[in-house]
Amino acid sequence: MRAKAAVSEAGQNPNVLEVDDLRVRIASRRGVVRAVDGVSFEVPRGEALGLVGESGSGKSMTLKAVLGVLPPEAQVASGQVRLDGTDLLTLDQHTLNRVRGPKISMIFQEPMSALNPVMRVGQQISEGPRIHLGYSRARAEERTLELMRRVGIPDPERRYRAYPHEFSGGMRQRVMIAIALSCEPEIILCDEPTTALDVTIQDQILRLLVRLCQESGVSLVFVTHDLPVVAQVCQQVAVMYGGQIVERGDVRDVLLDPRHPYTLGLVRSAPDVEYVQDSLRPIPGAPPSLIDPPDGCRFHPRCGFAEDDCRTGTVPLRLLPGDRSTRCLHYERCQQALAADRAAQ
Amino acid sequence: MTPENTTGPEAEPLLTARDLAVYFPAFSKLVARLHHMERLLRAVDGVDLEVRRGEALALVGESGSGKSTLALALAGLQPVDRGQIQLEGRVLPSHRSRDDRRRIQMVFQDPYSSLNPRMTVGSMLGELLRVHHVVPRDEVRSVSADLMRLVGLDEGALGAYPRQFSGGQRQRVAIARALALRPEILVADEPVSALDVSVQATILNLLRDLRRELGLTLLLISHNLAVVRHLCDRVAVMYLGRIVEVAPVEQLFRDPRHPYTRGLLAAIPRLSNNTADDPAGEAGPPALVGDPPSPLNIPAGCRFRTRCPIAQARCEREDPALVSGPGETGHLAACHYAFTPVPVTTSAPTVPEQA
Amino acid sequence: MSTVSLPAGTEPGPGTPVVPSAAERRATRRWYRQPALMAGIIITGVIVIAALAAPLLTSYNPTTQNLTASLLGPSAHHLLGTDQLGRDTFTRLLYGLRVDLRIAFIAVLFPFVLGTVLGSLAGYFGGWADVVVMRLVDIVVAFPFYVLVIALVFVLGPGERSIYIAITTVGWVSYARIVRGEILVAKRQEYVRAAQSGGLSSLRIMGRHLLPNVISQAFIYAMSDIVQDILAIVTLGYFGLGVPPPTADLGSMINDGQNFLSTHWQLTTIPGLVVVLVGLGLSLIGDGLADILRPGQS
Repeated sequence: MRAKAAVSEAGQNPNVLEVDDLRVRIASRRGVVRAVDGVSFEVPRGEALGLVGESGSGKSMTLKAVLGVLPPEAQVASGQVRLDGTDLLTLDQHTLNRVRGPKISMIFQEPMSALNPVMRVGQQISEGPRIHLGYSRARAEERTLELMRRVGIPDPERRYRAYPHEFSGGMRQRVMIAIALSCEPEIILCDEPTTALDVTIQDQILRLLVRLCQESGVSLVFVTHDLPVVAQVCQQVAVMYGGQIVERGDVRDVLLDPRHPYTLGLVRSAPDVEYVQDSLRPIPGAPPSLIDPPDGCRFHPRCGFAEDDCRTGTVPLRLLPGDRSTRCLHYERCQQALAADRAAQ
Repeated sequence: MTPENTTGPEAEPLLTARDLAVYFPAFSKLVARLHHMERLLRAVDGVDLEVRRGEALALVGESGSGKSTLALALAGLQPVDRGQIQLEGRVLPSHRSRDDRRRIQMVFQDPYSSLNPRMTVGSMLGELLRVHHVVPRDEVRSVSADLMRLVGLDEGALGAYPRQFSGGQRQRVAIARALALRPEILVADEPVSALDVSVQATILNLLRDLRRELGLTLLLISHNLAVVRHLCDRVAVMYLGRIVEVAPVEQLFRDPRHPYTRGLLAAIPRLSNNTADDPAGEAGPPALVGDPPSPLNIPAGCRFRTRCPIAQARCEREDPALVSGPGETGHLAACHYAFTPVPVTTSAPTVPEQA
Repeated sequence: MSTVSLPAGTEPGPGTPVVPSAAERRATRRWYRQPALMAGIIITGVIVIAALAAPLLTSYNPTTQNLTASLLGPSAHHLLGTDQLGRDTFTRLLYGLRVDLRIAFIAVLFPFVLGTVLGSLAGYFGGWADVVVMRLVDIVVAFPFYVLVIALVFVLGPGERSIYIAITTVGWVSYARIVRGEILVAKRQEYVRAAQSGGLSSLRIMGRHLLPNVISQAFIYAMSDIVQDILAIVTLGYFGLGVPPPTADLGSMINDGQNFLSTHWQLTTIPGLVVVLVGLGLSLIGDGLADILRPGQS
């Protein structure tokens, strides 16, 4: 079918992952929750895309839909998730299992619950190469030791036989990274991988991820709520709000010169180590209901720049110069507001 | 930049900890002997700290540094094994009087578990007001309403249960409850780390405004240095149960003296920081290598030496005291080389890649 | 205290519903939508009302003997016939239920209260209080329930008071274990720390803050415990250790009818069936309550 043709031209495709108009619905007693509502993005080979947003923005649900691990009450309503041109959403379970691991893998927020507590760490890392790459026991062990060295686990020969509870939080996350890398995937999905870690350990893990990307050319999708973390790891960023992407572009452009009032709000409300503001400026209001989202721009009830045209119809993601896009009709107001901020400093 | 009621180093200490230690028994004696481990987990291991009247003091450190245990001990919620706590120079007994408890109140990290799910907000506040006879009985209702307005909530919400509030609103309720007893010191343990970024800002602004309005002394426990810089006047940095550096907030950020503080500051991800700025790139070596050692196995000598980039032979033998630099009374650090240069002649032992 | 000015509308109003979790949604499910609970309430309700209304439903006296009318079959006069002493079986059934249900409901209260108090003390204070209570629990659970109850009543002599003492002695351990476990979990919650920080007394923290959060589990257990108590009372009656004759009691009715099982099966079978029905009704209520109360814990 179509997948075969797409695979043959994969060499020309600059994008590893293409998500097209993804919609995820969750059935609840109060109605259908549109958790992900028309999300499209692509991840170029060897690049890292940050997916940022607050809880309930749909960022984690997007990631789960891409890997096909949605909770039972959620389902993909429409859209495509193309990995090397193959739509993962049309694959049956058996085929999907042969893709997960060798082509796409995931790193979770809580490594302790993602690792099997009664299985030796070395075995957990070598499981993938043995199953997916057909490695012999000896060869898989050799590969595991090399992976453990690569992710900075000291004394891998001894640690190979250890259990997850004998590791610190940072070391467990290194084990997760080794597992994710074990079959040389093309893309790794990271779901808040450093949120549970201390800042010095977070720094180690982030630098490790960046180094691994540079060395092996693996792409990343990095979901987080922490803007500075995105700035450290990613080249591209997509900001999610109410199940939609509201702004995307180069990470420095978006975070230092936002073109959407929600991004601007996030940047302004977070305290910055670099300089002290007298008062933080929170975003007023609460996130929108995903059962009955507001008409027009989903952010308009909380937006200081909203006009009448923001309150009706649908606001599309529009392309701006500089290879970036925004879902705001009055994005130039953000530039003015930012200029006023800078002048006041 | 810092709040108006910044206090100088000469301000009177309100709450003082002297050589405070809190130990937890980790294993039975037998297990400890078998594993050659210490039996006691030294969560807080000899802390000297002064909280001055009217200031906002931050206690920063990573998990396992003992900062939360220290906060609980200061609030009287954790028995101490050694040392003493003084309130206005008076040593507090291990069982505090109701009034001593009233004067130090806490706000906890998780607003979902810190509010009793079976009590309305009004009954929570009313109970405290009545038990402590803060106000006459017939004023309980109106004072409760005042408290709600003080933290930016509607007084009509007094009849609501915690589950009817969002995370940020719950934290406001928790703050109202702490303020009900008109405390002098508010101990806030990671008050915003469980909240979304945009909600964090509302709570941080509220804490800052309350300090100004009520002249509260604030002890803020946080791992987030940006929050600390925004809210506090002074910072105490904790590592493995000890305070390793204390300084006014701007001085600490400008001129950190302890190598751990330097590492901590360098490890913070920054918005403006990207590969293009930095020739070494984000793939370069991390700010600090290795994991912190277990509080069950604290290194002899300087406890930071296993991760320290400037560790010397002396650091293995001598435990550095928390001392102030020459001519600097307000800036203290527990490092042999905090205020004197590292000797260049001795070759520094190479720090292992990982602990 | 003065009011701090805050930016308007920084957060949703207190009435604004937060997106409900699955647990919350289950909690809001109405009790009458649960068929099991409904069936339990109907069965138990009919039986309890029938027992309470016994003087209205029958004109006979449960203890008056009429030896000329012994062992009659069911008829318009005697709906379920009469026993060997000529007493109306239907009447004795209703009055027997009255006695057994009353004793069971009272008997469940004592262990509930005692177990809850001891379990709370053990869980909250820990240390020696916990050691003492839990060793007592170990001792009691070392004996099988029925063996201990029957032995105690045998020693104390038959009668209502002995039944209460025996069931309390044996029954409190389950409540103590349940409440202690729940308290151990709940006391780690920060709201308990907050209450301590507020200078509240231990008694107040236990009574006002912890118990309301843990009691529902003990309450759910009490529902199934009543069933066990009824069975115990009936068993004691069957062995002649229950309420002394001639007072009607389901256990003694089953025992008395046993001799006539081949000719008058209804004398034994009907009281037995009623015991089963009572047990079924109360169990259904217990299960239904468990479904409703458990999510409310979160």
